[in-house]
Amino acid sequence: MGVTTRAHLPTRVAYQPQSQEGWIATKLDFLVNWGRANSLWPMPFGTACCAIEFMATAASHFDLARFGMERMSFSPRQADVLICAGRVPFKLAPVIRQIWQQMPQPKWCISMGACASSGGMFDNYAVVQGIDTIIPVDVYVPGCPPRPEGLLYGIRLLQEKVMRERLSDTRALRTEISPDPSSRLYIPPPTIDELSEPFGNSVNQTRSGL
Amino acid sequence: MTTAATPSAVSSPPATQRGVPHTGGPENPSAAAARARFPEAVRRTSVVWGETTLVVAVDRALDVIRWLRDDPEQQYSYLSDVTAVEYRDPEEPITVVWHLRSLVHRRFLRVKAELPRGAPLEVDSVWPLYKAADWLERECFDMFGIRFRGHPDLRRILMWEQYAEGHPLRKDFPLRGRFSRAEQLRQALAANPEARYSMEELSIADATEDLPESMRQRLRSGERTGE
Repeated sequence: MGVTTRAHLPTRVAYQPQSQEGWIATKLDFLVNWGRANSLWPMPFGTACCAIEFMATAASHFDLARFGMERMSFSPRQADVLICAGRVPFKLAPVIRQIWQQMPQPKWCISMGACASSGGMFDNYAVVQGIDTIIPVDVYVPGCPPRPEGLLYGIRLLQEKVMRERLSDTRALRTEISPDPSSRLYIPPPTIDELSEPFGNSVNQTRSGL
Repeated sequence: MTTAATPSAVSSPPATQRGVPHTGGPENPSAAAARARFPEAVRRTSVVWGETTLVVAVDRALDVIRWLRDDPEQQYSYLSDVTAVEYRDPEEPITVVWHLRSLVHRRFLRVKAELPRGAPLEVDSVWPLYKAADWLERECFDMFGIRFRGHPDLRRILMWEQYAEGHPLRKDFPLRGRFSRAEQLRQALAANPEARYSMEELSIADATEDLPESMRQRLRSGERTGE
């Protein structure tokens, strides 16, 4: 079985055909994660030049199908990974959140490129400063745009993350997160804006003179 | 196949012009004709990089453009673009620009009208002449706040319709918008993505009777323009 292994991850399934007639012993976590990690169906959300690199990644030379991702899912309802490739304007913010909410559990998200991760060079009135302000992101792939190797590395990192999940870990239950004003950890957005003066943070950037 | 009868204005086959001077050079003959036809409306003309610009009075712009389209010697049948320019100098007027092309005569003409400072930003829509002006004028309204009188459906096209921060391409508009990032995101996420399309925009209204009943129900009930 061609399972990717690292030292800290479960080892390859040992199977000896002479002594094991039709059965193997493994851990359920490993089996489930192995199945999930190697059949991730991406939902490409390409809005800009990163989508071109994403197409190159999926095409024959770099061949995303090697990692079980040969099936691009153009419907969010049959997708596991949302790959956001490109800048997201504010007008698309409710759209990408709705797409994310339409995806069935379990689901992951890759933010591909500088614009999707942080707004990139588009620090202006129209562009969302990082899609992590709208939906949770598992892997950020830097680059402008990232090379296909970069995206492949991000996908391998995501597979590694999937392999580490435990069914017994309740924190891994992927509930839809929405801001809870009754929580003591909740900070209202205007307060965040005030706190971030004068330097700003990745979400709330300080106004310049313009 | 015989070529259709065209006016004899086209004399030479198209060729890339070389050595075009920055200013000056041969003027588009339509400019002189417009000066003769509308002596009081045409303010000035200029030639930059071989392209002729015609600056006309705001209230006569529609008349000049209609004449440019209908006169058999001009026949500017194609509207390339409608846009506007605001300059850094706060004294300079905001300028509305129409890019016209005469396919028959193989000519390009840029018509400008300067909107005086202090007056409401209004100009006549050329939508009755060119249906292509519909979305171009909506974009111009969205970005500059210029109202086009006579436009059938003047509302925002690039920004969403509840956008409350103003008109982004104006010089007094801050680069990052007027609201904080958190407020911008909150307002954007509050929008209903399904409410972006109207019956008229989808031009589906004509075919309503042919649609399946379920889709008709859906269009009738929920999907509004969001205005």
